[in-house]
Amino acid sequence: MEKIFKKPKGLNDKTMHYCPGCGHGIVHKMIAQTLEELDLLERTIFISPVGCAVFAYWYFNTDHIQAAHGRAPAVATGLKRANPELIIVSYQGDGDLASAGTAEIVHAAARGENISVIFINNAVYGMTGGQMAPTTLVGQKTSTSPFGRDPNFAGHPLKVCEMLATTKAPRYIERTSLDSVANLNKTKKAIKKSFDLQARGEGFSLVEILSPCPTNWGMSPPEAMDWIAETLSKEYPLGVFRDERADTEVRNDS
Amino acid sequence: MSEKVLMKGNEAVAESAIRAGCKLYFGYPITPQSEIPEYMSRKLPQIPGGAYIQAETEVSAINMVYGATSAGARAMTTSSSPGISLMMEGISYIACAEVPCVIVNVMRGGPGLGNISPEQADYFQVVKGGGHGNYRLVVLAPSSVQEMADLTYDAFDIADKYRMPVMLVAEGNLGQMMEPVKFKELKTEFTDKSEWALTGTRNHEPKIITSILLDPETMEKHIHKLYEKYALIEENEVRFEEYLTDDAEIIIIAYGLISRVARSVVDKLRDEGIRAGILRPISLWPFPNEAIKSKIEQAEFFFVCEMSMGQMVEDVRLAVNGAKPVHFFGRCGGVVPTPVEMFDNVKKYL
Repeated sequence: MEKIFKKPKGLNDKTMHYCPGCGHGIVHKMIAQTLEELDLLERTIFISPVGCAVFAYWYFNTDHIQAAHGRAPAVATGLKRANPELIIVSYQGDGDLASAGTAEIVHAAARGENISVIFINNAVYGMTGGQMAPTTLVGQKTSTSPFGRDPNFAGHPLKVCEMLATTKAPRYIERTSLDSVANLNKTKKAIKKSFDLQARGEGFSLVEILSPCPTNWGMSPPEAMDWIAETLSKEYPLGVFRDERADTEVRNDS
Repeated sequence: MSEKVLMKGNEAVAESAIRAGCKLYFGYPITPQSEIPEYMSRKLPQIPGGAYIQAETEVSAINMVYGATSAGARAMTTSSSPGISLMMEGISYIACAEVPCVIVNVMRGGPGLGNISPEQADYFQVVKGGGHGNYRLVVLAPSSVQEMADLTYDAFDIADKYRMPVMLVAEGNLGQMMEPVKFKELKTEFTDKSEWALTGTRNHEPKIITSILLDPETMEKHIHKLYEKYALIEENEVRFEEYLTDDAEIIIIAYGLISRVARSVVDKLRDEGIRAGILRPISLWPFPNEAIKSKIEQAEFFFVCEMSMGQMVEDVRLAVNGAKPVHFFGRCGGVVPTPVEMFDNVKKYL
C-alpha cells in the first residue's frame, strides 16, 4: 500500500508532554515538515524558550539551545552572526516574547536579524498555570485576573505583529491561527515562507500563531478552537503585516 | 610580541581580544569602558567573519555572547558595574550550560548608579556569585595596561579550556590610563569544539546546550561535575605576584591598580627599616589561599587594602583562619587611597 503520510524526519519518536488539545504539537510538526521540505534540517539550530516549549528539544532531530526567559532573539542573533550558514528557529510563547523579552524581539526585528521567529500566542502564561499575559484579552479571566482583565488597572493586550511592523527592517510578518483546516494550511505556508526567506538571506521574519490552551482556558479542545475563531482572532486579526524588502542603502552623507 | 605602543587599558583589552581570535563583540555603551565597544566597532568589521553588534541592553549582550560562543566562535562582551549586574542572569545560564565566554568589567563606583570613578566593590558579586545557583567564574584582576592585554588574551584560552565564563575586572582608572603595551601574536590555533558546539546535524547526532535539568538528582550530578572542574581550576589556575615578601613581616594584600599604590608604600616602609612586602592576587577566583597561608608563619600581621568597604579581606581572613591579625584599610565610592594614607594606616598597627 502506498504511504501517503508519514512522520517528518525532523521529529523523533518521543511522546510529547503537551496537554490534550494544545497547539504546540501541531506547530512542532509543521516546523519539522517544513525543515525537511526545504532540506534545512541539518543546518538548523532550534532555540527553546522558557514556558511550555522549554523541552522542545526533546522532540526535534536538530541541534538545540535553550534560552533564558525572553532572550531567545538575542541568543539567535549571536548564533546567526557567528555562523550565517545556520538556520535559526527561535520559538517563543507570548509571556516569553511579549513580556520578558520585548526588548529582545523589538531590536532583533529592528536590526533585521536573518532569523525566523515562531511566536505562539495563547493569551496566557501556560507552564506556570494560566496567569495573565500581556496578550490576555480585556475581560479574560486568568489565575491572576480572576475577575477578568481590567483595562483600568492592567491595560490592553499587546499586539506584537502590529508593533514590529512599524519598524523598517523586518522582511516578513504574518499572524495565523490553528482554529480551522484552512488556517492550519495558512500557518504551514507562513512557516515555510519564513524559513525560505531566511535560507535566502532575506532577513527577519516572524509568524505569530494563535494557538489553543484548553487546560488554562478551562475549555474542551473543540471549545478552545471555537474561542480562537470567535473571540481571540477578533482582537488579533489574521493576516500579513509586512512583506517587503527593507531599504538597505547606506547613506553616509548625513 | 608586537612593537610597544601607548594605549589606554580599555583599548588594550579590545586589541588583545582581537589577537586572541575574538571575532564577535556584543556590548552596550557605559562609562568608563566605552573605548572597548568603540575600538571593536572600528576593527571587527574589517576582519573576515567579524562583527560588532551594539546590543539593546546588557541583558541582550550577554545572551548574544551565549549564542555566538555556542556556535563555537570566540566572542566577548564588556561593561561596567551596573551593566554587569544586568548580565548576571545570562552569566548563570552560561556557567550552567558550560559554554565559554569572556566578560570584562571595568568597575565604577556603586551601589546604584553610583558614579564613574574607580571602585573594587564588585568583588563579592563576581567572585562569590552574582547570578543565581551554584557556579563559579574565573576572575582575573590586572594591575597595568600590559596585564589588561595579557590577561584578556589568556582569558579566552582559560574559557575554552574549561568551557566556562571568565571575567576580567579592572578599576575604571585602569581602563582609562595610558601605558606602553606589547601585544601577543594573532592566535591561529584553537581548542577543538566539535564535541559540543552547535554546527547543525550534518555529521553528528543532535546536540543540546541547556541549563534546565528538571530532575533534582540529575541537577545535583551536573553541579558536582561543575565543581569537579572548579577543583581542577583551583589546582591549576591560581595566579599571584609577590613583591619583597621573602623576609617580610608585614604582608600587604591588594589587587588591581591599588596594588601599585601599595608598592610605593612598601618601598617607603623599607626605607624606614620596616620589612613589608606585597602579595597581589591576580586570580581573584581561584583565590591564592595557599600562597597566603605560606606567609602566616613569617607574618606579624596581614594588611588588606581595597577600594571597597572590605570584600576580598573576608577571603584573606578565611585563608589566615585567625592565625595572625588581618587588618583592613579601604576607601570607597570612587575615592582612590593615596600612598600617604595607606602608609599611615599600616603604621597604626606597628
